[in-house]
Amino acid sequence: MDASAPADTVRSIAAFETAARSTVGAENVQAATREDQVAGVQAKLVVAPGDEQQLAHVLKLANDAALAVIPRGGGTKLAWGNPPQRADVILSTARLNAVIEHAHSDLTVTVEAGCTLKQLAETLAKQNQRLALDGLWSSRATVGGILSTNDSGALRLRFGSLRDLVIGVTLALADGTLAKSGGKVVKNVAGYDLPKLITGALGTLGVITQATFRLHPIPKESRTVSCVVHDARDAQRFALAIQDSKLAHSALQIRFVESMQPQIDVLFEATEAGCAAQAERLKQLLARARSIESGPATWNARQILYSEATENCEGSAIAKVSVLPTQIAETCEALAMVTGVNHVHFEAVLYAIGIGIICLVGSPDDISTALKNLRGRIETLGGSLAIAHRPDSMPQIDAWGNAGDALPLMRAVKKQFDPKSTLNPRRFVGGI
Amino acid sequence: MNAAIAKQLREIVGPRGLITSAEELRTYECDGLTNFRVMPLGVLLPENTAQIQAILKLCHAEKIPFVARGSGTGLSGGALPVETGIVIALTRMNRILEIDIPNARVVVEPGVINLDVSGRVLPQEYFYAPDPSSQSVCSIGGNVAENSGGAHCLKYGFTTTHVLGLEVVLPDGSLVHLGGKSLDAPGYDLAGVFVGSEGTLGVATKIILRIVKRPECVQTLLAAFPSTNEAGAAVSGIIAAGMLPAAIEMMDNLAIQAAEAAVHANYPNCGALLLVELDGPFAEVESLMKHVDAICREHSASEIRVAQSETERALVWKGRKAAFAAMGRISPNYIVQDGVIPRTALPQVMSEIDRLSKETGVRVANVFHAGDGNLHPLVLYDRRIAGQEEAAEALSYKILEICIAAGGSITGEHGVGEDKKRAMSKMFSEPDLETMQRVRCAFDPLQLSNPGKVFPRPRLCGEKPGKYVPHELESAGIAERF
Repeated sequence: MDASAPADTVRSIAAFETAARSTVGAENVQAATREDQVAGVQAKLVVAPGDEQQLAHVLKLANDAALAVIPRGGGTKLAWGNPPQRADVILSTARLNAVIEHAHSDLTVTVEAGCTLKQLAETLAKQNQRLALDGLWSSRATVGGILSTNDSGALRLRFGSLRDLVIGVTLALADGTLAKSGGKVVKNVAGYDLPKLITGALGTLGVITQATFRLHPIPKESRTVSCVVHDARDAQRFALAIQDSKLAHSALQIRFVESMQPQIDVLFEATEAGCAAQAERLKQLLARARSIESGPATWNARQILYSEATENCEGSAIAKVSVLPTQIAETCEALAMVTGVNHVHFEAVLYAIGIGIICLVGSPDDISTALKNLRGRIETLGGSLAIAHRPDSMPQIDAWGNAGDALPLMRAVKKQFDPKSTLNPRRFVGGI
Repeated sequence: MNAAIAKQLREIVGPRGLITSAEELRTYECDGLTNFRVMPLGVLLPENTAQIQAILKLCHAEKIPFVARGSGTGLSGGALPVETGIVIALTRMNRILEIDIPNARVVVEPGVINLDVSGRVLPQEYFYAPDPSSQSVCSIGGNVAENSGGAHCLKYGFTTTHVLGLEVVLPDGSLVHLGGKSLDAPGYDLAGVFVGSEGTLGVATKIILRIVKRPECVQTLLAAFPSTNEAGAAVSGIIAAGMLPAAIEMMDNLAIQAAEAAVHANYPNCGALLLVELDGPFAEVESLMKHVDAICREHSASEIRVAQSETERALVWKGRKAAFAAMGRISPNYIVQDGVIPRTALPQVMSEIDRLSKETGVRVANVFHAGDGNLHPLVLYDRRIAGQEEAAEALSYKILEICIAAGGSITGEHGVGEDKKRAMSKMFSEPDLETMQRVRCAFDPLQLSNPGKVFPRPRLCGEKPGKYVPHELESAGIAERF
C-alpha cells in the first residue's frame, strides 16, 4: 500500500476491502500489482464483481468510503486520458462477459460490458452478422472499454461511430444506482439518450454493465482498391472526389508517412456485382494515381500504429486528431512541419471523414513540443487533438485540449452523476 | 400577463414580436395532438439568438416557464404551452446560414423547414436524410427536439445521426456550443443527449447538419400479400438475407382502403402491402432487387410491381405518406399511435391488436415502418357516439403495453411529450427515470424549459442524488390522459 496515503484513506481501504470481499467473494478481491498501474498511477486493489448488482454495490461501497474507482475492461486503452488524481480501486468487468441475447432476426445484441470484441464477433458471425466497428485490440478490448473510449476505425465512414450503433445501456452510478436507458429496439425516442452521453465519457459518469447494439450483416464480398498519390494536397483532392461521388464505399483511408508519397485505400463491401462495378468506377476516378496491389491487411494500419507505439513506451506517442475533410491536407502539412522542426518522426492514418491517428517517434521532450504545436494549429482550424498514448517520461500535457464553452455544463453533468468524483477522477476534459 | 414583464419582453423582441391577445394565442394552444389545449400567457417571436438569450434570462430571473415551438406538427403534445408560461415560436429564425458541400455540412436556424434543406442542396445532388411524413412543414428545431425519424431512417439513421453540432441557449440564458462541425469534439456528447430531449434542456438556435450524397439509383418495389403475417415473414426474409433496404413499409387492408380513397395511389386491394425501397450503385440495386422479388414470391406475394421512374415512385409513396390523413375518409376521428416492437414479434403483436379490436369493436388500421418494427396503429372512432373516444383511448394505451411486453418502446419517433408520460413508468423503473433527470438538473435546475413533459414526475434538483423521495406535487398529479 502507498506509504504516502493519508491514514484515513488507509483505514477506509481496509474497511472497503473487507466489505468488498463479502460482496464478491475473497478470491475476487486482489491487491494491485505493478501491472495494475493506471497511466503511471499505482492502484491498490482490484475487485472483480460477478454480476451487475455486485458491481453497483462495490461501487457504492467505494463511493461511501471516498475511494477513487477506475473501471477497467481489458485494460488495452487504460492509458487514454489524463492520469487519475488517485486510483484506489480498479473495478474490473472481467467476469461480466456474457453475450446475453443475440436477437439475430432483429439484428440486435445485448452483451455484458466485459465481453471482448472478439468473443462478441465470433458469436455474431454464427448468424453472419457483425457489430460494424473495427475496434482496437479486439481479442482483449471489451464492449465497456470501447464505449467508454469511443473507439472507432475505418468502418465509421459508412456505419457511424458507437453513438450510432449503441441503442441501450445499463449503468451503475457512483451511488450504487443501476439504471437502464434506451432499449432493445433500433428505433426508440423514449426518454433521454444516455447511451450517447456515456459513449466517450471515459467512465467518469458511471460504469457500463451491459449494452445493446444494432447489428449489420457481414457483407457477401469485399474489395480493397489502393493507389499512391503525389502529396497531401493530391490525397485530399482524391478523397473529396470519392466522397462526392455516388460510390457506396465502406471505408477510405489515407496513409501518410514522412517523406513517402501518401497511399489511399478504399474498401467496398457489397454483392459481387456491386463490388466489381464500383471498383471499376473508382479506378476511372483514380486514373491519374498509381494503382498498387493491396488486400484486407491494409485495414490494420491503425492497429499497427497503436501496437508499435505502445510497445515503445519511452519514445513514442499517439494522438487522435479530428478536422474537417477539407482540412486533411493542411493537417498533414502542419504535421510534417511541426515534426520536422522538432526532430520527431511521424506516421499517420487519416480517414476521409476527418478523423486521423498520428504516431510520433522521438525524444519525450521533442514529442511533447510537437504535440503542443500541432494541437495549437488544429484547434485554430476548429478541430481537436486528443493524446491516447505518450512516453512514460513525457512532460505532462492535457490529453484532451479545449472543451469549449460547454465545459461548465459538462462539469454540472458530472456533479449530478458522480458528485464526489469517485470515478476516474481528473482523467477527463477540464479536470473532470 | 403581468404588465411589467410584458413591457420587458416587448423591449426585447419589439412590438411585433409579442402576442398576448387571446384570439391570436389560439393558434398556439396546441400542436399536432389537438386534444390537449392550454393557453399560454404570451407568445414570443424572436428573430435572433441574442433575443432568445435575453428572453431566457428574464424567464430565469422571474421563474417563468417557457416552451419552444417550431412548426407545431408534433404528435405527442411536446409543444403544448404551460398555463403560467410563455411560448417561444421560432418561425422567424428560418435562415440557412451556411452550405458547405465539400464537407457535407449545412448550418441552419431552428425554424428552417426540413424539406428546404434538401431543396437547397439538390443542385449538388445531396439531401438531408431524416424524412418525417410532415417534412414539407416541420422545422429542423422541432426535429432536433423530437429526434424525428421517417421512412428512410432504417438505412440512414435518425435526426441524431445527422446533427453534428448545436448552438444552444441554456435555461439561464447562457450560450453554449455542443459538438461542432468536426467530429468527436472533446468532452461529453451533449449534442447527443440534447437531440430528442423534447425541449426540456434549452433552446437550440443553430444546428449543424450532415447531408448525404444522393444515391446513383433508387428502386421501389410494391408487393401485395394475403395478410400481414406473410408480409411480415417476407420482411424477416429480406433482413435474414443480409440486406439493408433504404425503407420497408407495410400497410394493412384498412390502411390501404383509406389511402386509395384519399389519393388513388392505385394500390392492389389485398390483406397487406409491402413497400421496399433499395438505393445505391446501380449494379448493387439491380442484383438485390431480384433477390427481394424472389423472397416476396416465396411468401405468397400475389402482385409485385417495381417502380422505375421517379413518377412511379412518387405515386407509390404518395399513398403511404398520406396514410394518416387518409383515415379521415373512413373514420370521423382517429388516434395516431406510435410504438416499437422487435420486428420478430410482429405476428404475435398484430394478432393481439386484432383480438383487442374485435373484443372492443374499435377498428384499428395499421401502418408500419416494418423494417425497424415501428408501428403506427391508427385507432378509429366517432367522437359523436358516447363512449367511443374513451374506448379508443383505452385501446390505444393498451397497444403501448403490448409493445412494452414484447420488449419494445412506447415511442419510435413521435416522442413522449405530454401524451405518454404515464407510459414512461411502464417502460422504465424509477431509478432509470431518476438517472435521466440528473441530466435535466444539470441543464435546467429550475426546470423552466418545457416543464411537465416527458417524465411522469419532476425530480427536484436540490435533493441529494440517491433514493427517490416522492414529491408532494406528484400525488396531486399533472392532468394525464387515457
